[in-house]
Amino acid sequence: MGELERTKCRLLIIGGGPAGLAAAIGAYDEGERDLMILERETRLGGILNQCIHNGFGLHTFQEELTGPEYAQRYIDQVLERGIPFRTDTMVMSVTKAEDGTKEVMTVSEEEGLVLYRAEAVVLAMGCRERSRGALNIPGFRPAGIFSAGTAQRLVNIEGYLPGRRVVILGSGDIGLIMARRMTLEGAKVLVCAELMPYSGGLKRNIVQCLDDFGIPLKLSHTVVRIEGKERVEGVVIAEVGPDRKPVKGTEEHYDCDTLLLSVGLLPENELTIGLGANISRTTNGPVVNESLECSVPGVFAAGNVLHVHDLVDYVSEEARLAGQSAARYIREAEGGTVEEKARVEVKFSGGIRYTVPTYIAPEKVHAFLKIRFRVGDVMTNRKVVLYLNGKAVSAKKRRVMAPGEMEEIVLTEKLLKKYPDVTDLEIKVEEDA
Amino acid sequence: MYDVIIIGAGVTGCATARFLSRYSGKFCVMERSEDVCTGTSKANSAIIHAGFDAAHGSLMAKYNLMGCRMYPELAKELDFAYKNNGSLVLALSEEDIPKLEALMENGIKNGVEGLEIVDGRRLRELEPSIGHVPVAALYAPSAGIVCPFGATIAFAENAFTNGVEFRFNEEVKGLTRSEDENGEPCWIVQTPEGAVRTRAVVNAAGVYADVLHNMVSADKIRIIPRRGDYLLLDRRTGGYVRHTVFQVPGKFGKGVLVSPTVHGNTIVGPTAEDIDDKEGVDTTSEGFEDLMEKAGLAFDDLPLREVITSFAGLRAHEARHDFILGEVADAPNFFDCAGIESPGLTAAPAIGKETADLLAGKLSLALNPDFEGRRKGLPDPKSLPLEELAALLKEKPEYGRIVCRCEQISEGEIRDAINRPLGAKSLDGVKRRVRAGMGRCQGGFCSPRLMDILAEEWGVDAADITKAGGRSKVIVGLVKDRI
Repeated sequence: MGELERTKCRLLIIGGGPAGLAAAIGAYDEGERDLMILERETRLGGILNQCIHNGFGLHTFQEELTGPEYAQRYIDQVLERGIPFRTDTMVMSVTKAEDGTKEVMTVSEEEGLVLYRAEAVVLAMGCRERSRGALNIPGFRPAGIFSAGTAQRLVNIEGYLPGRRVVILGSGDIGLIMARRMTLEGAKVLVCAELMPYSGGLKRNIVQCLDDFGIPLKLSHTVVRIEGKERVEGVVIAEVGPDRKPVKGTEEHYDCDTLLLSVGLLPENELTIGLGANISRTTNGPVVNESLECSVPGVFAAGNVLHVHDLVDYVSEEARLAGQSAARYIREAEGGTVEEKARVEVKFSGGIRYTVPTYIAPEKVHAFLKIRFRVGDVMTNRKVVLYLNGKAVSAKKRRVMAPGEMEEIVLTEKLLKKYPDVTDLEIKVEEDA
Repeated sequence: MYDVIIIGAGVTGCATARFLSRYSGKFCVMERSEDVCTGTSKANSAIIHAGFDAAHGSLMAKYNLMGCRMYPELAKELDFAYKNNGSLVLALSEEDIPKLEALMENGIKNGVEGLEIVDGRRLRELEPSIGHVPVAALYAPSAGIVCPFGATIAFAENAFTNGVEFRFNEEVKGLTRSEDENGEPCWIVQTPEGAVRTRAVVNAAGVYADVLHNMVSADKIRIIPRRGDYLLLDRRTGGYVRHTVFQVPGKFGKGVLVSPTVHGNTIVGPTAEDIDDKEGVDTTSEGFEDLMEKAGLAFDDLPLREVITSFAGLRAHEARHDFILGEVADAPNFFDCAGIESPGLTAAPAIGKETADLLAGKLSLALNPDFEGRRKGLPDPKSLPLEELAALLKEKPEYGRIVCRCEQISEGEIRDAINRPLGAKSLDGVKRRVRAGMGRCQGGFCSPRLMDILAEEWGVDAADITKAGGRSKVIVGLVKDRI
């Protein structure tokens, strides 16, 4: 990498959103003092800054905060600890040096090109929205098609109105929130169409953002045509069959000037891929172990870059662990005690799509570990059963499970101590009679 | 009075303007859109054909060969992205091999060099991703890929710097034959802005070339818009395919091409459907399905889940399927560049050069003593070695503020794109010049910032910023403005 000087920093945290902030706090509280947060935007806080609705922090603070308020609680903690950060700083690449350290290249207006050399890195870059292009929606490509998050930024940060008559495709949480927001800002939201037979958003958002405003939610519907050559003039929606293909004859035309898309979030893992870490084809995030460490040692991940979350509270919780793990990793590396631990793969069945983590080294579980997962379909009257070496060791009843709501099961250090020779770990969703 | 008005700022019109600027005179490019490269030139396969396909003896064959040979040098002179990656035409069954031989024979007659039929093994050495179906291929090492926006903008900028005027948002509504004070033929070009006189007209109006031609000639032509859908894959797929991979027309139909782009994406397309609407660039789900199915014949594991956008382009297809070039017999000083469909992008510089030379002869234009044939494109900081990048960022810190995260494009580059000669006025204009918004999030993150930068540089309100000129405003007002 040429003759450029490397700036040393033991722990770099890439991203200053909720995950990066909590990771930094976690690492600091675990004893790491040589760390730095790198943030590409002008402010810390990430996407929370544009989420001006309330409902954040119910789990963490037992109160309802807006996005910026929630972010500020963590920013304050970062400031209290004196954790340094660089804003307006873009990480261009992360590479692994031969000695195992990580080289992180950043650019910024203030500092130009800076190459860091770090012992450990926490990836906390968040996610991006799936765009119209990735959906193969046919039709013209006029102005007036926005992903819901872009519209949210235009409205909440810039004060611009993206459109006056709006159709929303996808019932993800951002789309639902924007249905209400656009209505409050003076637009008419005509309909929210969802491809699946169920919504991917939280129940409370469907009630508070659609039902309360009389906005119809059409399940098993999709956009089959976008009209308008310069600006959106109309959208055609059709019902889809069980194969998710449009059913001829069910087309409905809506006169509108705007189409908002809330059709899924994609973890933003370009740096992770560039680093050569293994990526899960299900989550599009890196494959991690109990310490939230990727397949590249010393690189940790948390938040939406790892897997897309519904609630920021869980992001913060997860990221704290990633930060703690990174601090422990650095400590152990210094003490020369990093050794390959036997690891157990987390197996799953009964409709679970994935789990985070994928691997667990039992002796590295400190106090407890939350294994998070999602199911692939709506299911009722189930129980989530944890098996160790084929034996059911815990069960949790779930009346309703849905793909839009992340599930978790807790694995305690105490329980693992009872099974010191665990070689088989499985989570099963079973019928609950 | 102008000496020449070129109608249409696509690749043919801009190439003509660039070569015309080697001569002295008062020249103008008139364009109905707000920018160069907004029609057929912006939505195509972005490839430089070797020239084995066009019928021997046709104008297509002649100009294809000439153009293909001009691109490497032009790309250096005018600093646009071009790569000589070679092409392969796949035989999908043994029955297709005679067709490869026929293509090769036609190519040799056309003067294409280096053509070779390769067997299945050699094919897979050249192109390791090839699937299990193809059995052989025609290899054409002289084929290439180009950035069609980059090339068109380069021609236009160079023409502009050499004195050619560009008039945007001006659609030609009428053409009337007249005579100048010396009794020589001239034309009155009618636009909504008024009438302008010119000694000669070049018709480079793409799918509208028939409308203009038919205003002045009794020998009517008909341009049929032939729509083609395309899929563009994430840069992450870069390297999946090295060559431009065609399929020989056969029992599976015409086949689609899969090609790398100069920026490292993968492009799949086009379909072919003749339509009536000259603005009908809407994509269809049938088109997407067709592309995916046909691309699957060439590759077993083409990463189609990495599609980041899809689009449709219109080829300006003329019923006789050849270029219509030169002075129109019954319309003196009116020069056609019509029916410019594939291999039009390849042929454009050759057509432009010959048209310019024809005009110079006809109008007795002297050489332009101040002509500067070289043009420097926008700097691409990413392509610099680290030490040079570090030095650049010290000197110009604005190149360190990344606005488009997907393509890693800085505020400095975006402001450059706006402040260049014929600079960007819209989001699409910025995107075509520096790729901000061209990446995997398709402008989701950067478009609000791009609007603000455009508004600032042009001294207008953000509410006036458009996606692509005209009525394509990005926003409709301010929050609560009607409550």
